[in-house]
Amino acid sequence: MKFLAYLVSGISLGSIYAIIALGYTMVYGIAKMLNFAHGDVIMIGGYISFLAATNLGLPTLVSVLLAMVVCTVLGIVIEALAYKPLRSAPSLAVLITAIGVSYLLQNAALLIWGANPKSYTPVVEGTLHLFDGQLSVSYVSLLTVACCIVIMVGLTLFTNRTKMGKAMRACSEDKGAAQLMGINVNRTISLTFAIGSALAAIAGALLCSFSPTLMPTTGAMPGIKAFTAAVFGGIGSIPGAFLGGILLGVIEALAKGYISTQLSNSIVFAVLIIILLVRPAGLLGKNTQEKV
Amino acid sequence: MNITKKSNKVRSDLLTYAGVMLAFIVLTLLKNNGVLNRSMTGLLVPICCYIVMAVSLNLTVGILGDLSLGHAGFMSVGAFTGIITAMSLADAIPSVALRLALAMVVGAFFAAIMGFLIGIPVLRLKGDYLAIVTLAFGEIIKELITCLIVGSDSNGLHIIFNVTGSKSANDLNLAEGGRIIIKGAQGATGTQTIATFTAGFILIMITLVIVQNLIRSRHGRAIMAVRDNRIAAESVGIPVTRYRMMAFVTSAALAGAAGALFGLNYSNLAAAKFDFNTSILVLVFVVLGGLGNIWGSILATVVLYVLPEALRSFANYRMLIYAIVLILVMLATNNPILKSAVANFRQRFQKNKEEVTEQ
Repeated sequence: MKFLAYLVSGISLGSIYAIIALGYTMVYGIAKMLNFAHGDVIMIGGYISFLAATNLGLPTLVSVLLAMVVCTVLGIVIEALAYKPLRSAPSLAVLITAIGVSYLLQNAALLIWGANPKSYTPVVEGTLHLFDGQLSVSYVSLLTVACCIVIMVGLTLFTNRTKMGKAMRACSEDKGAAQLMGINVNRTISLTFAIGSALAAIAGALLCSFSPTLMPTTGAMPGIKAFTAAVFGGIGSIPGAFLGGILLGVIEALAKGYISTQLSNSIVFAVLIIILLVRPAGLLGKNTQEKV
Repeated sequence: MNITKKSNKVRSDLLTYAGVMLAFIVLTLLKNNGVLNRSMTGLLVPICCYIVMAVSLNLTVGILGDLSLGHAGFMSVGAFTGIITAMSLADAIPSVALRLALAMVVGAFFAAIMGFLIGIPVLRLKGDYLAIVTLAFGEIIKELITCLIVGSDSNGLHIIFNVTGSKSANDLNLAEGGRIIIKGAQGATGTQTIATFTAGFILIMITLVIVQNLIRSRHGRAIMAVRDNRIAAESVGIPVTRYRMMAFVTSAALAGAAGALFGLNYSNLAAAKFDFNTSILVLVFVVLGGLGNIWGSILATVVLYVLPEALRSFANYRMLIYAIVLILVMLATNNPILKSAVANFRQRFQKNKEEVTEQ
């Protein structure tokens, strides 16, 4: 029963990782950059939905929608100001800029909202008791898993069936050729950032419902772990991000339960290192050869 | 032409040494005459440590071209092995200077071993993956050190690895007169603060000699060739992995020595001090000083470390401004229009200079 409880909490944590990882994997697949600031967009999303719900008294769903709008705009602005001028720059420069953006968001949040942790009210409350109350599952966990599945299916349909999705796949294959075919590459990249950031807002609300302390650094660690999940599943692959997220969440929950709470992050990172060494393309990724 | 170019480089190296020496002499005079206030003298040793950190990180990021986000991890390894060395030998070696030197050597040694072990997996990767894995290793080192409980007595060192979080310093079973050196999450407590500004100066000079001579040597040119084009370097027969490992381990060892000095400057030091933020802080110094520019790293460290301390009211905005400056510097240095303008200017400037020398 204990194992089942760990498994359930692992799957719901993993679903959050999966939603964040979808944002990473789409941006990485198209812009070929590690958007380090993604975790901090989650934090901003958490703050916006928190403030909208507590200060403005808006209903939960509206406040999450508001957070999605704000994060989408934020994502597009970040991309336009910081990443677009560096399209042809070496990856080192892009990565350092992304770290700069991440720091900017964290410190701006620190100045605006202060360092004191806010206690977030979960988007849905209550728990479901199963097996005579031996196993309790919170409604938030169920909602998280449901959200994650809906988002994954929706994104898969979007990239496979729509024209914009086709353009996104084309850009991730070969930007130059896509441009020659009349695809507006810059707009496609902006769209990718917009979708990723909107997902980050949802992830922010769910993450803060799951562990209800909201601080300027809330997004940093889940962001890095979600990147780990994206790499685990194979970067650039949407089902891969889902699989990687769930597996990573389960590994983390089991490590916390059976090995050590203090070392749980280390165990997750050790998984990342092993995956990169044994299967650099991830579980569902495609191997690419380096061309000269 | 080649000869003047070479002597220019040597001259800039010598100027760096002279500048550091001059700064040391001036600061020592000011300190001894009581011109510097207490908070300023307290900054001297940490500045030395961060200068060594920045120069060594510049070797990895600027010269080798691999972004390391876990440099604080090596500093941490150096700091805690250095503290253990200095504290456990407190009775055996009465001379403070000798103990400090030994601590730094041990710190550098263990950080180098760590660098080698981490380098084996890390250096098979590149780009973003390499950066994220160094970050992961930095976090792993931090968490592992948080689990350490170490004490020493007449029987030698006692080390407990506190994985479950249930053990405490009492489980060390120290003999009479033994002392606890590291207490898990609290870190090192009650450390004798034996670090001195002079030791910091000597460490900077040693670092500069090692790094600048490495850059100007055949090995250094090979390392830079790997940075500029790995495939081309490999095809002319440069053993890429060996040279990357050489730069990575040298950088880790220097960070370890800096960490040992840093650790012995504070009576209490937790492993959480050496987190991702510290790695980023050093990276900011390196990037703002100019990638690959050793003198720039030193200058940026001094300016960026002293400025916020001097302007207290500005301290809240410090990291925000660092972040903005970091982004702006990256945008400016990678702007094609600005880049060609600078190149033009430099060409014209050099042409003028050549004309002058020819006449």
